Amino acid sequence: MKRGSLSVVSTLAWRNLWRNHRRTLIMLLAIAIGVWAMIFMAALMRGMTDEMMRNGLNNLPGEVQIHQANYRDDPSVANSMAPPAGELARELARPPVAAWAARVRVPAVVASERDSRGVTLLGVDPASERAIGSLPGDIQEGRFLEDEHDRGLVIGRKLASRLETALGKRVVLMSQDPQNDIADRGVRVVGIYRARLEGTEDQFVYAGRAAVQEMLGIGDRVSEVAVTAHDYRAVDRWYPQLAAAVGQGLEVAPWTELDSFLASYLSVQDGFSLVFMVVVFLVLSFGLVNTLAMAVFERVREIGLMQALGMPPSLILGQLLLESLYLLGLGLALGNLLALASIRPLESGIDISAVAQGMEMMGMGTTLYPALALTDMAMSTAVVIVLGLLASLLPAWRAARLEPVTALNTTM
Amino acid sequence: MSSISCRNLCRTFHQGDEVITGLDHVDLDIEEGEFVCLSGPSGSGKTTLLNAMGGLDTPDEGEITVGKYRVDKLSKNELAEMRLHDIGFVFQAYNLIPVLSAIENVEFVMQVQGIAAADRGARARAILAEVGLQGLEDRRPGDMSGGQQQRVAVARAIVNQPALVLADEPTANLDTRSAAQFMDLFVALNRQHGITFVISTHDTRVMAYARRLIRMRDGRIVADEQQEPHGMAV
Repeated sequence: MKRGSLSVVSTLAWRNLWRNHRRTLIMLLAIAIGVWAMIFMAALMRGMTDEMMRNGLNNLPGEVQIHQANYRDDPSVANSMAPPAGELARELARPPVAAWAARVRVPAVVASERDSRGVTLLGVDPASERAIGSLPGDIQEGRFLEDEHDRGLVIGRKLASRLETALGKRVVLMSQDPQNDIADRGVRVVGIYRARLEGTEDQFVYAGRAAVQEMLGIGDRVSEVAVTAHDYRAVDRWYPQLAAAVGQGLEVAPWTELDSFLASYLSVQDGFSLVFMVVVFLVLSFGLVNTLAMAVFERVREIGLMQALGMPPSLILGQLLLESLYLLGLGLALGNLLALASIRPLESGIDISAVAQGMEMMGMGTTLYPALALTDMAMSTAVVIVLGLLASLLPAWRAARLEPVTALNTTM
Repeated sequence: MSSISCRNLCRTFHQGDEVITGLDHVDLDIEEGEFVCLSGPSGSGKTTLLNAMGGLDTPDEGEITVGKYRVDKLSKNELAEMRLHDIGFVFQAYNLIPVLSAIENVEFVMQVQGIAAADRGARARAILAEVGLQGLEDRRPGDMSGGQQQRVAVARAIVNQPALVLADEPTANLDTRSAAQFMDLFVALNRQHGITFVISTHDTRVMAYARRLIRMRDGRIVADEQQEPHGMAV
């Protein structure tokens, strides 16, 4: 396209856009609100997804886990591993690894004077667990474990209620040692935690790692090493280097493999955001097509004139598409600004406690944190531009195909 | 470029069940630099013939050659290219682009041609001055009178000094004085630059300027006469 042609086409497109101020402003507002809705919903969904993923990964815990090769088939104490050493320990000290924790994780039974429940016993080192964010954040009564040698037990509020036990009371912990003999020990409840999910409160009990190792008679061996880089979306980029560093007989599994439900939920949510954006814009595109079709209809004579003066069909097509692009661009700018202005103040959290019971089923807490992401803004921009131009193509193409003499003789 | 040859041109239009004959086996030759008027009553085929010569309409049958172009064989893009570079149009209704100012309307064709801004600006200002619109360059068509708009349209048609100007009833909406000014300008351009003019009209005052007067009726040429132009009395 010649420079002068581009200049006249852009001038015509811009001025024609404002010929009918009211219609343009209404369409602009509709696009802006549509774009705002896309980004706002995407931010809410991303916030929900992040929350679910964080909760899910805290329960796993970590974005990557290292196990003895048979552990996932048979998570018993017999399939334990030596704590990280040598090349693996060096790899775990290097970025992007942010923190790691070695823990004992075995099925166990907790019995009080009144009842007994099957639980997952976690033998943890509180300092390293705290670094990967896997410890319950809310100790409702008592205290958390002081170190890995702590001989107390921290249980969930729900479990305490089921066992009809309380802070300071003794309970019996039972599990199997590597020889399949019963290993048990009486322990005192030193803390009761509250979790975002009741299921978590019911399932996990925490004891000092060294104390659990001693009870099970496994020396310094552990069940798993949990590793985090605090970026669950990027795990595929960094976990292979850990896999290369572990010795024979161990396996390294990312969270997408450990919890396939979470992984598929993440991809469904990402796909859903795109589908939602496309649906919103498809509705909007009817308005856009109508606006452009009206603009063409009102200017048939003018288009015929431009053709008569020698403007090629490609420039007529270009002019109308550019007009549409200006409208879309302005709508996008306005919509993005609206989204920024409305999401930023809500990033500190929206209280959804009124529906929290239902949300817990989805692995969420009582506060929703909308997460504004550049990728969502870019995706909505791409959806609007691509679909907007596609929707504009038909009226623009029809205008470019008008017969000059017919167009010139059109009476409005 | 402007020698025009029409051979056996036919064009019909359909209005409901009725078939209207626009051109009925028209044969015509116009030489380079001629000043020709097509005359005849409404519906005689003047505008249809002009449109066919300018590639705005395609005849049902026949051949048209305008200079190096076989108009009836050209694609839409080639027709646009021919109109852009070689033909200037003046229409009965002023037909300006309403969102462009007077000077922008005049520059329009040159812009599409890709002529540099400084050059086209200077040429547009000069031609607007020549048609008496100095000082009105930045006015939009909506802020100009009918006569002023038609002057802009004429300026646009001739600014590029095309080889051929096709004018369809160019003075129909003008008063006698303005019409005379336009015709004088057309004659001057024809004489000075050798631009071929083909003007359709049923205004006898305009016919008086023609050196060749072609009369049409019912889509046929019924008379083709050379005459001594004598202009119009204002």
